[in-house]
Formats: sequence, structure tokens, C-alpha cells
Amino acid sequence: MLSRTADSLYWVSRYVERAEYLARILDATMRLSNLPSSYGGAGSEWQSAVATAGCDEAFAKAYGEANERNVCDFLTFNPDNPSSIRNCLALARSNARGVRTALTSEMWDALNGAWLELQRFEKKRMDREEFARFLDWVKNVSLVFDGSAYRTMLRDDGYWFSRLGVYVERADNTARILDVKYHVLLPANEQVGGSLDYFQWTTVLREVSALTAYHWVYREAVKPLLIADLLILNRRMPRSLAACYENISRFLDLLGDSYGRQGPAQRQARKTLANLSNTSIDDVFQHGLHEFIEDFITENNRLGGTIIEQYLQ
Amino acid sequence: MGKEDCMVAFDEMTGTGGDVRQAYTALDRWLKEAPPEMLALRRSQAELFFRRIGITFAVYGDEESTERLIPFDIIPRVLTKPEWTKLEAGLRQRVTALNMFLADVYGPKECIKAGIIPADLVYRNACYQLEMVDFQVPHGIYCHIAGIDIVRVDADTFYVLEDNARTPSGVSYMMENREVMLRLFPELFATHRVAPVDNYPDQLLATLRSVAPRSSSADPNICLLTPGQYNSAFYEHSFLADKLGVELVEGSDLLVKDDVVYMRTTQGPKRVDVIYRRIDDDFIDPLVFRSDSVLGVPGLIGAYKAGNVTLANAVGTGVADDKAVYSYMPEIVRFFTGEEPILKNVPTFRCREPEANAYVLDNLDKLVVKEVNGSGGYGMLVGPHANKAQIETFRRKLKASPEGFIAQPTLALSTCPTFVASGVAPRHVDLRPYVLSGANGISCVPGGLTRVALKEGSLVVNSSQGGGTKDTWVLDA
Amino acid sequence: MRIRISHAISYVYAEPARHITQILRLTPRDHDGQHVMSWRIEPTIDGRLRATQDPFGNIVHTFSADGPIAEMAIQVEGLIETTDLAGIVRGITERVPVEVFRRDTLLTMPDAALAGFAEEATQSAETPLAKMHALMDALHEKIACIETGQRTGLGAAAAFAAGEGIPQDIAHIFMACARHLERPARYVSGYVAQSDALTHANGAHAWAEIHLDGYGWIGFDAANGLCPIDTHVRVAAGLDFADAAPIRGARKGGDGEALAVRVSARDAGGRAANQ
Repeated sequence: MLSRTADSLYWVSRYVERAEYLARILDATMRLSNLPSSYGGAGSEWQSAVATAGCDEAFAKAYGEANERNVCDFLTFNPDNPSSIRNCLALARSNARGVRTALTSEMWDALNGAWLELQRFEKKRMDREEFARFLDWVKNVSLVFDGSAYRTMLRDDGYWFSRLGVYVERADNTARILDVKYHVLLPANEQVGGSLDYFQWTTVLREVSALTAYHWVYREAVKPLLIADLLILNRRMPRSLAACYENISRFLDLLGDSYGRQGPAQRQARKTLANLSNTSIDDVFQHGLHEFIEDFITENNRLGGTIIEQYLQ
Repeated sequence: MGKEDCMVAFDEMTGTGGDVRQAYTALDRWLKEAPPEMLALRRSQAELFFRRIGITFAVYGDEESTERLIPFDIIPRVLTKPEWTKLEAGLRQRVTALNMFLADVYGPKECIKAGIIPADLVYRNACYQLEMVDFQVPHGIYCHIAGIDIVRVDADTFYVLEDNARTPSGVSYMMENREVMLRLFPELFATHRVAPVDNYPDQLLATLRSVAPRSSSADPNICLLTPGQYNSAFYEHSFLADKLGVELVEGSDLLVKDDVVYMRTTQGPKRVDVIYRRIDDDFIDPLVFRSDSVLGVPGLIGAYKAGNVTLANAVGTGVADDKAVYSYMPEIVRFFTGEEPILKNVPTFRCREPEANAYVLDNLDKLVVKEVNGSGGYGMLVGPHANKAQIETFRRKLKASPEGFIAQPTLALSTCPTFVASGVAPRHVDLRPYVLSGANGISCVPGGLTRVALKEGSLVVNSSQGGGTKDTWVLDA
Repeated sequence: MRIRISHAISYVYAEPARHITQILRLTPRDHDGQHVMSWRIEPTIDGRLRATQDPFGNIVHTFSADGPIAEMAIQVEGLIETTDLAGIVRGITERVPVEVFRRDTLLTMPDAALAGFAEEATQSAETPLAKMHALMDALHEKIACIETGQRTGLGAAAAFAAGEGIPQDIAHIFMACARHLERPARYVSGYVAQSDALTHANGAHAWAEIHLDGYGWIGFDAANGLCPIDTHVRVAAGLDFADAAPIRGARKGGDGEALAVRVSARDAGGRAANQ
């Protein structure tokens, strides 16, 4: 298929995934900030939300103070923030429009409908309740798009590129949460065991919709080590780094088999997957959680670049 | 305004006498029985259909709504088999002559030497592409896809209003109009034997395959080159690519290496043999034509001239559909085919000739004046429908640069019953059949796109100026 | 005169280019007034260089190379022997009908001011040739010539309104006027060697050629106010600058392009010394 078509499919998925991720962060941060200030981090949760979204520099330039109003505006409707929810959905739609025949009509309807609906939200005055509804709606758009891709797309290279977009983006997102919040998971904090930590930890889990999953998997009280295990190494957890790489590697292999040629992307993905498989969470902490995550983000970005070079340009 | 020409105009259904012509008898009966609510319902269903498939066009210079639907009229325009047979013969003859003319002006220039057409009209024309001089196009064909605009004035007389030899559009409407009619009015197709048009993509594909460079493989790789999703005809481009089963590419999807064109695919560069291009000459290769074009493919002309890729249509076909050249078409047809033209030309005053211009200036209120390089109904004066100010504007333009204009008498374009707000009423129509020329010969699906001027009395059928479209039926029996 | 020419066009890309394609019109041909003794074009990076001819008969090299390319240059060296023919250009195979050169192009579209100037400047001259000389003198008088590199070309009408122009602009103005007076005109890019006769001779140069019945093509260098003499080396001609530009290029990637041009055309010494 045309590289541009594959490129658009890949980015459509990435943007939709990113929009959902932003909605999750905002949702979790709202919850944290609603706590009495004695529990909260005295407003630092909004700064942390911007950092988790990966756009602290752009934010600092545009606003300065990280408070609820500024951050919500910046991450949702701000047209100048290239990765606001609004722009993610706009970019997803315009990418899709250029390759409409490569999408199923269900996928197109999901994106086009979302774009029209978004403009209605943009015009509304938002109180907290309305804002929460909006965040739910964004998550729903992603579900509908993802579901229609899953249910309607032919299983060929177009589908595989679209899936790669989802998982490369998702791996990046999960890793970013860990990158920003790693300090609340470090053993030094574990002893404190106060409510503050509990809320911080559960916020991390909420950001990846894994609070319930945690209990089912570990059947234990919330502990930082296990949170890290769940988000990094546990393949049963769909947003864990290991699960993302299991998928990335699988879809790259399908591409490689179908094209009769393996390349650097396949090799890189396998290496990262092997790394995640052969490591225990104790190793990670011993080696340094922060370093581990930083290395992972670098590797994941590199893989994104390799996929583009190998297939998309 | 315009009432008088409605009265004298030939009506496709009732002719001039008022009796329903034979081809329309069944349709007439059906129309009389059909309750107006039903027609209104079907019309809104048709609109819904077009909206859903996203068949829109962009209007330039109209910021309010950049995407619009072209209004569709549910009453078909009907041609009998004998009418079509004659038209088709005329179209074949005309397109044959157009291709021979192009081969001649870019080659031996016999028609210029013989004085059939003034040299300066060809050489000073910006559409006469010097890059094409003495270049042998693959299989000798320049204009692979032509759209010839036809108007009718009486039962037997069809005129060619305009030749479109560059990148004629509208064929997707021809096909979608039929599609929607088949869905909404199956009963009409049970009572009429309508010649199908849905084999157009097959014919187009066969035409494009037939002109692949001789160096290409037995299974040439064809693609459709679009300026992109913001082009007014993007819907048509993606529609055709889909129906043809070929890749829809933008300039940036193609690359040229050692004079061979490739498209960038996920499996590496893949050679391209034939490009159905819907980008104008000026934008097709920034190294040769406009250097500010970001739509084109650097090096494409080099590959073309090396004989490694076929462009359809060829570069430089615009010199054949220029409005000034148009006025010489009867002589061109005679010169190249040795036959009398089957289709007439509208009598045309060439304002570049002082005598003609003097006459035009004296009769501006009776004539249609067209800019030689205008298109889409822009830069046009319809004298009988124009106000004083408009006429004076054109008088100034004509005096300043007469060579930029031609003028024609106002034709009483035929009318066709059309479902408008006030009910069923006659509206002026034209017809654009699409003629394909390949190494495999000439083909033309029966009918074409009927365009209708929806405003009462209006003669301007262009979609950008309030025109709509109709399904066109050629009855097999 | 023997003229030694050295011309280097170099590019540096902030972001390396993935691919470049260039069309080079940097190679002169022989005609009665000039003989190419030696000529060499050398890109500084590996790539493919292929020579063809364009519709105007110019020698065109297509150069293409794959990246990553962080910097590159095209280097031209040559030696030309010229004869003063008072601007008359003969001995060229003309491939395009003369009538073509009466087309108005984007860069030579006259406006009312230009048209008025052309008519006024030439009204008292008798013959077509005299009219062109009158036009050249008037233009040389009216529009100041500034050095190429001070700005990019504006096109005839805009440069005329600005009251000053680089040689490219002045050639376009002259052509626009000539075409307005129904004379076929073409754009010539080339080199000029320094000489006392010239006020503007900075290596690369541009002028116009006009077709006159009985003479054929004659050069008019309004920037210098004279018809080309043996200081002028004619390289490429076309309907306007776009057809005769020394380099037209396209690239993938390569954002942040910085261009540097170094050109010299010098009298290489008399014939006797070289014999």
C-alpha cells in the first residue's frame, strides 16, 4: 500500500489514542484535586498533569501557572497546543479524510461524528459536571473508533499499521505516567503509607483504568512495587509496557511475513519485548525505576522513528 | 426576463409543438400520475444519498461554505437511440480531429502551414507547451479523456459549445446520478430500456492500460494523481480511483529516479507506468513548470519525455480546447478527417478580428461574450440577461484586449422538464458526454452528464453558478 | 576575448536532505560570437548527472542524488572565446517558432505604466532597430541597476514601479516593453567579464534578446546600456527567467537551506599568450 496511506492510518490511531489518554489524565487529576488540600499535593497535581501529557514546555510558554482552569483549557480545546484533545481529534479526522477509501465507513463515521460533536462541546460553557461528561465522551470516541477498526477492518497491512499506531502511542503514554510519577512509587515513600500516598498511587492506576484490575490481579492492598509491576511487566494488563510490546512485535511480524522481509523495526521491537520478558520488577527497582523508564521512552521513540523510516516515507 | 427564449426553446419532452415526443411518453404518463409529495420525498431521499456518500464540490471564492452539494434533479433527460447514434458519431469524429490537431501542432504543424489556423493563436497560447514540441507521446494519443459540451436547439440540431481536453470532471456525477435513480425509481427502469453507464470505469481502465509505455510490463501499474483533499473535485478523484482499483496518489507519493516514476509504498518504491493525472499542466512538475507548485512531482516531465511513463491526458492538450481555437474546429475537423463535421460549432465571432469585434461591440445586448481563457461560466457575459453596468464593463474589456474574447449568438438551449419549487417546469439543459481515446480505439458510454440551469430562464448550467444535474438516459429501443 | 569562468553554487542544509533533484542550465553552446574551449560541471557529491536539451535548445543537466545530504555544491569551470558581433546572435539552431516569444509571461506581464513607458520611449525612433535602441537607452536612464544578490527578482511591472532592479528585473522590463511593442523577446542568462565598457559586470548576468526582421536575434543589455559585446557569454535563453534560470531544484527533507554563490568571469589574457 502507499506509504502515505499507511502513515495516515498509523497517525489516525495514535491521535485517537492520545486524545483518550489526555482525557484519562484530566479525569484522574480532577479527582485528586477534589480531595481536601491536606491530602493533596497543594496544587502540584495540575503541574504533574501537564508533565504527564508531555507538554510542560509549551504550557509554560502559553500560561505559566498550572491551575485547574489553565491546564484543562490547554489540554482540551486549546487550538495552539498541538496535542490538545481538540487538535488530536482534528488531526485524526484530516488524516482520515485524505485516505478515506482505506478506512471503513464505520471508522470514518466515528471520526467525522466526533469532530462535529466536538464543535458542539467547544461552544458550551463547561461546569465541572459538563466537563466530566466531555471527558467521558472523549474516552467513548476512542472506544467506538477502536471497536469499529477491530470489527470492520480487513486484516491486512492497513489494519496492522493502524494497530501499531495504537500500541506505540499507548506504550509512550503509560511510560510517561511512570516517568512523572515514579517518585511516588519509590520504596522511600512506601513507609509513609499515609492517605496522601494512597491517593497518589490510586491516581496512577486510574490514569490507566487499572484500579479494579489491580485488585483482581494481586488481591492485595495497593503497593507501589505491584503498581509498577502491573504497568510495566504484566502482560495481562492491556496498557502495560509488556502488553503493548507484545502487540507491537506481533503486528510488525505480520507485516514482515506478509512483505517477505524483516527489518530494523522488527528487530528493535523484539529486543524490547525480550527485555520486558526477562526482567523482574525487583530488577527494575534495583536498576533504578527512573532510569528504566527513561530508557524505555527513548527506545520506544526510536522504534516509532524506525517504523516511519522503514514503511511510512 | 428570459421568458421569450423559454417560449421559442425546443423542449426535450414536448418539442416545439406541445405534443409529447415519443421517447418521453412513458415518463410523461408517470409524471402526471406521480403525486407531488412523492416527488418531493424522492428528491429529499436523493439529497440524503448524495450527502451520505460525501459527493461535494468546492466553490472557489466562496468562503461561507467550501463544500456544497450540486443540486440533483430527479426527472431524467432522455435521448433516443437514433439521436445518440448521430451524436456519438459526431463525438468520435470531433475527438479524432482534436487528437490529430494536437499531434500536428506539436509535430509537423501542417494545419498552420496550410493556413487552417493562425500561427499566433497556437504559438502565443500559454497552453501550447514547448516541452511537447517534437516529442512523440506514447501511442500517439494526447487527449485520452475528453468531455465535449453539447447543446441542442431543435429536434435535429446539436451544437458543440465547448471542448474540454485537459482534465474534464463530472463523470462521477454521471455515475452517481444513475445509481441514485436506480435506487429511487426502480419502476421507471422497468418501463424504459436505459443503456447502462456503469461500465465507464472498465472502459477508462482499458483505455489507460492500452496507452502504457512499451517498456512497461504486461500488467502496467496505473495511478490517479490528485491535487489532494482540498481540491474541488477530490470526491471524484477518490471515487474513480476506487472504481478503477488503482491507487489515488498525491504528488508527494511519487518520486522520480533515473527518469523512472515510482510510488512510495510500504514495501518500497513501486514503478508507475500510467498516470491519470487530475493536476493541471502548470502544477505537474516544479522543475519544469511553476516552481512554486507543491502538488507536482519533480522530474516527472523528464520521465515522461524519456518514454518511461504515460500521462493521461498528455501535457499541452489545453491548446486544443482554447475558446479561440474552438472557432476553428469545423475547419480543423475537415482538414484532418476529410469529412464534413457531424456536430456543428456555435457561430463564433473572434473579437481579435477588428470587423468581428466592431459587430460584437454594437450587439453586446444580444450576444454571449466569453473570455478565451475563462472557465466554469466565469468571465462571461450573457447579453440578453445582463444589466447596463455589466454590458459596459464588458465593452471596456473588449476594447482593451479584444484578442481575449469571443462572442456567440444567444442560443435557445433546449429545455427539459425539471422539478422545481413551483412544480414541474422547463429548464435549460446541456450535455457533457465523456469520450475515451486509447490505443484500443475510441469509446463513449451512452449519454453523459446533463447539466441544468435551475433558475428560470437562465442559460448558465455551471455548478458554480447555480446549475444542477440530471440523469441522462439513452433508450436502447 | 578569452574569458575564464568559475561559478560555484553551494548549499548547506540544517536538516540533511533525503533526496535532491536539480535542473542545471549552466552550460553555454557555441554560436558565431562565442566558442566554448573547455567546460566542466562538477557536483561535489555523488549522484547522477545527465545532459539533455530543453525546447529552447539550452543544454540542461539533470542532477539527482540521494541523501542524507548535509551540504553540497555545483562547481562550474570553463574557458570561452568570444567575438564582438554588436549583439547579433547567429549560428544557433532555433527550435521554437519566433512567434512563441511574443507571449506575455508571469514575469514579463506589462502594466499600464510599463506600456506607456514603452510607447513614449520609442515614438520618435523610425526603424524597429532604432526603437529598440531608444528603449534600451531610456530604460538604462530610468531604472537603476542594483547588484544581483541584493534581493530576488520582482517581475517586470513591480521592478519598474520600484524604480530599480537587479539585471534579471531589467531584462524582464525590457522584454515586457518589447513584447508590448509586438516584438518577440527572450531572456538570456549568462556571464559578463569585467571591462571598462561595462558598469555592471559581476560575473553572472542577464539581458534580453529581441527578434527583428532582417537581423534575427539581437541582444540588449539595458543594465549596461549597450548591446552585448565580447565581454558577454551567453548560456541559456527562454521566455523569462524561469526558463533560463541557472538552477532549479527540488528536494525531500533538507529544511533550513542556506545558499551561497561565488562567481567570477575574467579576461584570461590574449590569444597570443596562449598560442
